[in-house]
Amino acid sequence: MRSTATVSERSNEQLNQWFDQRFAEKMAEQEANHIPSMTIIATKGTLDMAYPPFILASTAAALGWEVSIFFTFYGLSLLKQNLDLKVSPLGNPAMPMKLPEGPSWLKGKEIPMPTSIMTLVPGFENMATGMMKKTMDQKGVARIDQLRELCIEAEVKLVACQMTVDLFDYGKEDFIPEIEEWVGAASFLPRAMNADVNLFV
Amino acid sequence: MTENVHTLDTRGLSCPLPILKTKKAIANLASGEVLEIKATDPGSVKDLDSFCQQTGHQMISSESAEDGFFFKIRKG
Repeated sequence: MRSTATVSERSNEQLNQWFDQRFAEKMAEQEANHIPSMTIIATKGTLDMAYPPFILASTAAALGWEVSIFFTFYGLSLLKQNLDLKVSPLGNPAMPMKLPEGPSWLKGKEIPMPTSIMTLVPGFENMATGMMKKTMDQKGVARIDQLRELCIEAEVKLVACQMTVDLFDYGKEDFIPEIEEWVGAASFLPRAMNADVNLFV
Repeated sequence: MTENVHTLDTRGLSCPLPILKTKKAIANLASGEVLEIKATDPGSVKDLDSFCQQTGHQMISSESAEDGFFFKIRKG
């Protein structure tokens, strides 16, 4: 009786060892074969808020990740053929308002006026947009149309919200043809569920 | 034996362009070939390291000089 117990104890131990080793191997194999993925929900259509989704998506694609961006509400503007994005100081109290050019005593100086007052000046939004674009260009920051093109080249999946088009009576012909599909939340969520990284912008 | 030196100049460009251009340039190389990169974006030092780790390429050297940053990456 005693020897039988010992044999079964031993084989149990061996089995456990074998399982632990096999399990660790399998897990490592799975991790090595895993392709990371990311889904982003882009909801904003301003020049400043267009950057995070396109920068993160293009970079993730360069790292070999699979990326989808779901464009909804004002985020849909980022898929228009004719990109005319603006940035507003209104609601952006932290936005630095520095002149990108001009005489040296003025260049790079902050405009001493609260952004809420600035926005009351007619044409200020256009001026702020121009200043932002100029500064970005000077600092070697890519333009949005450039980043969008890089995303398309890197096979980032661009998904558009069907409800938003209907809501704002947009014409689909106003949008770039590279949009993969026009869907609703129920189509996007399963993709998000399987992704390693989910971002809402 | 002569080895082709592949170079990439990303000076003046900001994040994420140095990474995206590196990715494109490396795609045209054969495994084991080396790409030399010049950059002025201070973020590229850590970002290119991370890029190599994620994509299986090897950072051979990473130098900071007064006039910029210089990297050598071997394709994995």
